[in-house]
Amino acid sequence: MGKSLNVNATFIPSESLRRNFAEVKAGMRPMEAIEESNRCLYCYDAPCIKACPTGINIPSFIKKIASGNMLGSARAIMDANPVGATCARVCPTEELCEGACVLNHSSKPIMIGDLQRYATDWAIKNEQMLFTAGHSNGMAVAVIGGGPAGLSAARELARFGFAVTIFEAREQAGGLDTYGIVSFRLPQSISLWEVEQVRKLGVDIRTGVRVGTDISTAELLEQYDAVVLAIGMSKVPMLGIDGEQLEGVYDAIDFVEVTKTEIKTDLVGKRTAVIGAGNTAVDAATCSVRLGASNVKMVYRRTNEEMTAYDFEFEFAKQDGVEFEWLTAPVRIIGDENGRVKGLECIKMRLEASEDGGRKLPVPVKGSNFTLAVEAVIKAIGQTRHLSLIEQLGIEHKRGIVTVDPDTYQTSNPHIYAAGDVIFGEGQGEAMVVSAAQQGKLTAYSIYNTLSAGRERYG
Amino acid sequence: MADLRINLAGICSPNPFWLASAPPTNTGYQVQRAFEAGWGGAVWKTLGDPIINTSSRFAAVHFNGQRVAGFNNIELITDRPLEVNLKEIYETKKRFPNHALVVSLMVEPKREKWHEIVKKVEAIGVDGLELNFGCPHGMAERGMGAASGQQPDLVEMQTMWVKEAAKTPVIVKLTPNITDITTTAKAAVRGGADAISLINTINSLAGVDIDTWNTIPHVGGKGAHGGYCGPAVKPIALNMVAECARSPEVGVPISGIGGISSWRDAVEFLLMGSTGVQVCTAAMHHGFSIVEDMIDGLNNYLDGKDLHSVNELIGRSVERYSDWGDLDLNYAVVARIEQDNCIVCNKCHIACEDTSHQCIERHTDVNGNGYLKVREEDCVGCNLCSIVCPVEGAISMIEIPTGELPLSWNQRQAAIGATGSGNDSEDSGKKEAV
Ligand SMILES: Cc1cc2nc3c(=O)[nH]c(=O)nc-3n(C[C@H](O)[C@H](O)[C@H](O)COP(=O)(O)OP(=O)(O)OC[C@H]3O[C@@H](n4cnc5c(N)ncnc54)[C@H](O)[C@@H]3O)c2cc1C
Ligand SMILES: Cc1cc2nc3c(=O)[nH]c(=O)nc-3n(C[C@H](O)[C@H](O)[C@H](O)COP(=O)(O)O)c2cc1C
Ligand code: SF4
Ligand code: SF4
Ligand code: SF4
Repeated sequence: MGKSLNVNATFIPSESLRRNFAEVKAGMRPMEAIEESNRCLYCYDAPCIKACPTGINIPSFIKKIASGNMLGSARAIMDANPVGATCARVCPTEELCEGACVLNHSSKPIMIGDLQRYATDWAIKNEQMLFTAGHSNGMAVAVIGGGPAGLSAARELARFGFAVTIFEAREQAGGLDTYGIVSFRLPQSISLWEVEQVRKLGVDIRTGVRVGTDISTAELLEQYDAVVLAIGMSKVPMLGIDGEQLEGVYDAIDFVEVTKTEIKTDLVGKRTAVIGAGNTAVDAATCSVRLGASNVKMVYRRTNEEMTAYDFEFEFAKQDGVEFEWLTAPVRIIGDENGRVKGLECIKMRLEASEDGGRKLPVPVKGSNFTLAVEAVIKAIGQTRHLSLIEQLGIEHKRGIVTVDPDTYQTSNPHIYAAGDVIFGEGQGEAMVVSAAQQGKLTAYSIYNTLSAGRERYG
Repeated sequence: MADLRINLAGICSPNPFWLASAPPTNTGYQVQRAFEAGWGGAVWKTLGDPIINTSSRFAAVHFNGQRVAGFNNIELITDRPLEVNLKEIYETKKRFPNHALVVSLMVEPKREKWHEIVKKVEAIGVDGLELNFGCPHGMAERGMGAASGQQPDLVEMQTMWVKEAAKTPVIVKLTPNITDITTTAKAAVRGGADAISLINTINSLAGVDIDTWNTIPHVGGKGAHGGYCGPAVKPIALNMVAECARSPEVGVPISGIGGISSWRDAVEFLLMGSTGVQVCTAAMHHGFSIVEDMIDGLNNYLDGKDLHSVNELIGRSVERYSDWGDLDLNYAVVARIEQDNCIVCNKCHIACEDTSHQCIERHTDVNGNGYLKVREEDCVGCNLCSIVCPVEGAISMIEIPTGELPLSWNQRQAAIGATGSGNDSEDSGKKEAV
């Protein structure tokens, strides 16, 4: 992949950089889709279904591709997963559905993600409206945050007949699908189509409204029968080292976000260090390559064994020519006389068994300091929480991780539910689009079951 | 959401998908599971004097890595006592009053035998009867099944006996092991059949094991012919359905059977004159849940065509099915290759070169890349190249205006007869089939 990228020059027009951000993987061609869909065994009680957090009926949607029922196929996917088109592109399928495919034992797994993309692409291209809203039940729900968790909850609630309002701080809904996941894996248009599908069910999506600032939490709690908190996580935390304020130091999330809408040329020819080794760090690194950085190094205090990025992400980074500084921690960022980054001082680490037998601990190796000559530093060491809003709502949380009842998704205030990244952490859930979608769905079912007590239960 | 309900000779069902009389409809447990899964009707496994089945019964033909292109069996009718079946039929009907429950019957060709079983079955409340004149093995050796189904007079007489006693609609299930299916179809109608269903299985031997030299399947080293069904038989079944549908002397509703595996297959049978369809092999291969996509796909298809009811499809292609002598000899198509889609496998070239009319030329372009071109003036429009072409959209068969008025063989012969000139002219000679 690295070969075809337009990089390694000191000046590159932004137009050619833009091409670097076009979706890397082509969609399946009709013949591939037919061959692949007919290869699926249509297993009974299929393990792939169980491995999908949203429980998409995979053999069913694949059979529908084979039978030429494309509308039915897209509907089967989107029914279980309101962001199924996004998930077709960003799910770590080898750890989920494809990893569970029985054909791993006898041949090659079915390319479930690609088939899912084939079917949802068809729906997008043919401008299909897949669902209809339920009859109004007279109740109203506010959803704070229009990311995958919020959209998913809103869509299911609308299908139950609730009047749903999404309050979204940003200009567009979709959350990290719209602003956070790199374009060459997920074009923004896909996420925005999913937003449109929800809007067309009559969900009032009020963008540009930050709850807690533009509208008070008290107002929401008063006006709505239930509130769903789906605000995700926030910025990357401070490293707590010297030089973080220098020009040329970026927050990985902000950094990736800019590339979703505009392509800047300020990284062209620069040596770049990315601190961290999660999926966000990999995304920041591959984005840097595509923005023309002359050399990109990922700096991580543990080794590739411990890195949290998925294998396919790691592979992707290697293919893009990203280099790795394992067992290395940043000590300070060095600036030049103009306040611009010119280097990153690091120290070597070694891993020691932890006393409680948990993850090995990195310990600095005395005197091993060295400096990497870089002109840009991107921080990707996790995400902070929207603490102030959580505190305003007065709900229980552990360091910003909102506590919920695992069955009902209710917070300590029974009118407030929470789903998605806002409840991720402390061994609770996984920060993935697909789990956010599932939690959003389950939250909607829980609200339905609670508020329409006495009626038929769901889920 | 289109209306999928059908009414076949007075038998109503919520959708056109029924399970055929076969192992899937052997017991109440199975039929009830099938109805829960969405099947609109079921024809109960054939009742009669219980028989003994062999162990090792089925075999299949797998084609180039795809399993079950065809399916072969030497199973007979039900091997369970009549009373047990009747009790389960009763329970099933009670639980699913709106689904079509038809019971298949087969007894010796004796009037009292038919009267007796018809009365017993109808007494428990069923929606219709299907007479199995089709089973090609085992039962035939006892003068039943295909043995009686191959003799029009026996078909007619037994149907009549059944009609004497029956109060519910009677469907006669035909065997395909006969030269002209309409002969027995007409006999059934003469006997008073309210509907016909076809096809039952086709005489077959699935294979021979080239290591052990045993037949496939074999029972302790011995084999016997079985009945063939599954996707491979669909074209045979479709033709037989169409022949019955276009025969004015048949004129009763048709329940189409044979190789139906998807909603698309079902649509084809409906267009060719079936009021509903029955399925066996596809359910045996994948389980009852396949009906979900059959219903969903049919529904989306009808919506896409702006049709409100599945009944609007029935028989719509029948008038387009005719005799060879009525085809227009002046109609012409030629193959055309869409270069953008062609992957240059040269399969069309060699097919035409070796086995058709030597009119696909191989060329090299200025860049040294191969490409293919049809010499249209020599192309007879046989379709072979477009059949062997592995990619969608690379070869299309294009209609060529000949500037001549339509003329069929029959019209031509009539015209020749009228003018008294029997000599074939060279130009039309090449269009004749032999
Ligand atoms: C760079 C990056 C790459 C990733 N790649 C993948 C991947 O490949 N595969 C994968 O499965 N997952 C990936 N993830 C994780 C995934 O994006 C998240 O798990 C998922 O988006 C969480 O969904 P959410 O709805 O909980 O939160 P978000 O997507 O963060 O959405 C929260 C929304 O709430 C809004 N909001 C916040 N505060 C307020 C407020 N006060 N008022 C109104 N609105 C507010 C935000 O603007 C945002 O739109 C990635 C994450 C990042 C950062
Ligand atoms: C194992 C097996 C048993 C069958 N038994 C009967 C039967 O008892 N009565 C009958 O009318 N048809 C019987 N059939 C024929 C089927 O009902 C059906 O006509 C045939 O299989 C064609 O349909 P298909 O291609 O969908 O399988 C049997 C078929 C199979 C495969
Ligand atoms: S496990 Fe694999 S083969 Fe089986 S249904 Fe799922 S995708 Fe198809
Ligand atoms: S399917 Fe297999 S296990 Fe079941 S009865 Fe037949 S041979 Fe036995
Ligand atoms: S068979 Fe089809 S793909 Fe192959 S050379 Fe001919 S036109 Fe091209």
